[in-house]
Amino acid sequence: MPDPSTAPASVLPDAQPRPDSLRDLFFSFTWLALQGFGGVLAVIQREMVERKRWLTQEQFLEDWAVAQIMPGPNVVNLSLMVGGRYFGLKGALAALAGMLAAPLVIVLILGVLYTHYGHYPQLAGALRGMAAVSAGMIAATGIKLAAALVKHPLPLWLTLAMAALGVLMVAVLRWPLPWILLGLGGFGVWTTYRKLPR
Amino acid sequence: MNPPLQLVLTSADWLNLFGHYLLLSLMSVGGAISTTAEMHRFLVEQHGWLTQAQFNESIAIAQAAPGPNVLFVALMGWNVGMNAGSTAAACLGVLITMVGIMLPSTTLTYMAAQWGYRNRDLRAVRAFKQGMAPIVVALLVSTGLILGGANHRLATDWPIWTLSVVAGLIIWRTRIHLLWLLAAGAVLGWYQIV
Repeated sequence: MPDPSTAPASVLPDAQPRPDSLRDLFFSFTWLALQGFGGVLAVIQREMVERKRWLTQEQFLEDWAVAQIMPGPNVVNLSLMVGGRYFGLKGALAALAGMLAAPLVIVLILGVLYTHYGHYPQLAGALRGMAAVSAGMIAATGIKLAAALVKHPLPLWLTLAMAALGVLMVAVLRWPLPWILLGLGGFGVWTTYRKLPR
Repeated sequence: MNPPLQLVLTSADWLNLFGHYLLLSLMSVGGAISTTAEMHRFLVEQHGWLTQAQFNESIAIAQAAPGPNVLFVALMGWNVGMNAGSTAAACLGVLITMVGIMLPSTTLTYMAAQWGYRNRDLRAVRAFKQGMAPIVVALLVSTGLILGGANHRLATDWPIWTLSVVAGLIIWRTRIHLLWLLAAGAVLGWYQIV
């Protein structure tokens, strides 16, 4: 794996680390999904950007925008996109299978166990504790990604103001998501479009 | 153990279930979890294929389990099948609901992503992906706030809020493995400290 700190400045984008086979995709996404207690959202950025470095911070934000706007679970959409980029349809299916196969078996086993042991308060407490950690992890992922806004074509004060407004609309006012994507998202896309070179 | 409901499902019912999940998939912008209100209406209120408790537990277990949260759909399919009387029916339920919820959305996303990748130099495509970035940040932070704020009483819930905030700070500032933090959360919860 090339070390970015010693790579020449003219290095091509394909020097970026990438999955080396369908098997690599499948097991990478299986491992990623299995760490995702309380959802995979917090894990996928850590694995894709910080550990495997298949995506840069900026690429992750861009892909996530597509994964978010399309129907279907975001994390599943992102795995499809990453797999599809390197190995086409086969890659997309390998990533998708990795994301779902092992967790599906585990969740069904847990479902059966729960019907027998679900009444223990310790178990409910452990689930509550993990959910709280997971909530903090997801918020922290958003804050970390905000660092990538420095390289955004729009000025930082504007992108940060838009992000803050978005949090207000989604988390405080609880407006319906489609309107926020159309309104605030549309504004972001339009202002960026005007700023980009032709 | 007998299931809480005893159903007789015809093949028309299974088809109906499949068709409904295909439709839900197309509506699931923001994830399958955003269509839970409609699933509840269909499964619990209209058809009575799941009890309220089974519905809630399916979501809670999938949230806590490793893997994408969409797997709550598989648990609902499993429970519908168990209510219909057999493990084989439960497996059929998982197959029908999961293929239903995944097929339309993944097909659409795959085609859109491939198109976007081929046309990644178009000004409009770049503007869309980069212009959405601040909203992506907002959505992630908001999801964390909404999940963490699900417990409302300040007097009793401050320990769990503290746990969320401390976990967030550690993730933000360090590269510690996420599983350590989750394990710590589980231990604190197990002993009822949070």
